[in-house]
Amino acid sequence: MSATRTVRQARAGTTEPAWVKWTLISLALGFIFLFLLLPLAAVFTEALRKGVGAYLEALAEPDAWTAIRLTLITAAIAVPLNLVFGVAAAWAIAKYEFRGKAFLTTLVDLPFSVSPVVAGLVYVLLFGAHGWIGPWLQAHDIKIIFAAPGIVLATLFVTFPFIARELIPLMQAQGTEEEQAAMVLGASGWQTFWHVTLPNIKWGLVYGVILCNARAMGEFGAVSVVSGHIRGQTNTMPLHVEILYNEYQSVAAFAVASLLALLAVVTLLIKSLVEWQFERDQKAAAELPPELPPV
Amino acid sequence: MAATPFAVAGGAARKRATRRVLPGFNLTLGFTLLYLGLIVLLPLSALVLKTLTLTWAQFWAAVASARVLAAYQLTFGASLIAALVNAVAGLLVAWVLVRYRFPGKKIIDALVDLPFALPTAVAGIALTALLADNGWVGQVLAPHGIQLAFNRNGVVIALIFIGLPFVVRTVQPVLEDTEKELEEAATCLGASRWQTFRYVIFPSIAPALLTGFAMAFARAIGEYGSVIFIAGNMPMVSEITPLIIIGKLEQYDYAGATAVAVVMLGFSFVLLLVINALQALQRRRSGGAP
Repeated sequence: MSATRTVRQARAGTTEPAWVKWTLISLALGFIFLFLLLPLAAVFTEALRKGVGAYLEALAEPDAWTAIRLTLITAAIAVPLNLVFGVAAAWAIAKYEFRGKAFLTTLVDLPFSVSPVVAGLVYVLLFGAHGWIGPWLQAHDIKIIFAAPGIVLATLFVTFPFIARELIPLMQAQGTEEEQAAMVLGASGWQTFWHVTLPNIKWGLVYGVILCNARAMGEFGAVSVVSGHIRGQTNTMPLHVEILYNEYQSVAAFAVASLLALLAVVTLLIKSLVEWQFERDQKAAAELPPELPPV
Repeated sequence: MAATPFAVAGGAARKRATRRVLPGFNLTLGFTLLYLGLIVLLPLSALVLKTLTLTWAQFWAAVASARVLAAYQLTFGASLIAALVNAVAGLLVAWVLVRYRFPGKKIIDALVDLPFALPTAVAGIALTALLADNGWVGQVLAPHGIQLAFNRNGVVIALIFIGLPFVVRTVQPVLEDTEKELEEAATCLGASRWQTFRYVIFPSIAPALLTGFAMAFARAIGEYGSVIFIAGNMPMVSEITPLIIIGKLEQYDYAGATAVAVVMLGFSFVLLLVINALQALQRRRSGGAP
């Protein structure tokens, strides 16, 4: 009797009364609705304010197309480079012990805490007309600042840590036993990587790549400093949105913005699917029968 | 009997073997350092070198003029308020997502990351469209004399949007790992639900909450894209520090822009070290628990 009461009391003690629970849920949902859902909905409503025809017309503009193309090219260069770096850095940091490892990990994170505007500025100081190697570049007719290479460099900088950040803790948690077993059984280094390490980190990799890609396509501050805003030439999609918006072409600005918002929604969708898949894999692995003890 | 020395020897051999058996250490570390040097360290050192060409008086004039000081004040003040709001709202959202079941929970959970995925410029124009006098929210508030766009309020709102996921995503996993047994024990010992939260749950999530707060604050200080559309950008009133750098660059004042950038970089570096220390503290806390 007293035992049941204690159990009931304990159970009541680990949750809140229904009115507290529903107040907290309403507050949280209200906040999410105001700060996240409304802005997202506003993008699409503003884009379609003058109907589907005006929306499609805005997207058919040649300047919008060059902006879309430049954004796709930038992401297509920046994401694979940072992917290779992320895997290399995670392998070195997670699989070995060496001096200065903690410091190196901090340096990998550094671009996250640098303001995007500062990230753009450093490349102007290096490659700009008054920069350290600007005059040499000018003499050889190489354009980096106010051109596509500068945009790619600035994007590389701001998206630098994304994939490494995902992979380092994941590979640290997995340890090196499986790789060592593969090596002992005669696999080469590449075989070990492709057949042992890669399947283990694939979800972390996908996760890092989609977040890196979202930032690469959406970066504004850093790219804004190095691009020079030459319409139809060095405008990425976010910069094109800014120009249209400042020219009071609201529908056109929100039309291009709606493409970026769609990209964000797709990114969130893939990210959630990856998380659910990862959880399912973990659960399946946990439910495997225990291995037989050696006889 | 012989098992113990054998195990010790095996352990030592394994440690040595880690270095020998797995290949690619020189290749991956070499590439990591080279890439880090080229993309991050070399450009950042250009910033420091450029600053060294300034005299102290020039540097001081650039970083401590009245307009720049007003910008620091706004940037730090607004970032602090936004990070505090995020700490409270983020804890609430994380709590609700971990502890309760309600319809649409998975969608809400996915939506929390929207500020990470949505380009900042899009966030900026969307928030502006909402809060301007003819926007969905603005037209409700304008008759009451509340203006949220084109002033300092707008800056804070944009920074709240940008920083929200940091707190939720750092607190959420820690909250999932807290042990129900401790709460049951507290209740059995006669603690009220509030006391259990205050003295049992909160101390275990406090380091994570602080980390999330610091991350949201650090991100807010550097934020540019979402703020400039909604701030109105009036000098001395609603002009953020990154915009000062852009303004100086547009006037070809590279030295001045660099000086302000170095001040910001210094702050980011200090914050990065603080966040790292907080995360180490958090790992010790969670690792130390039995």
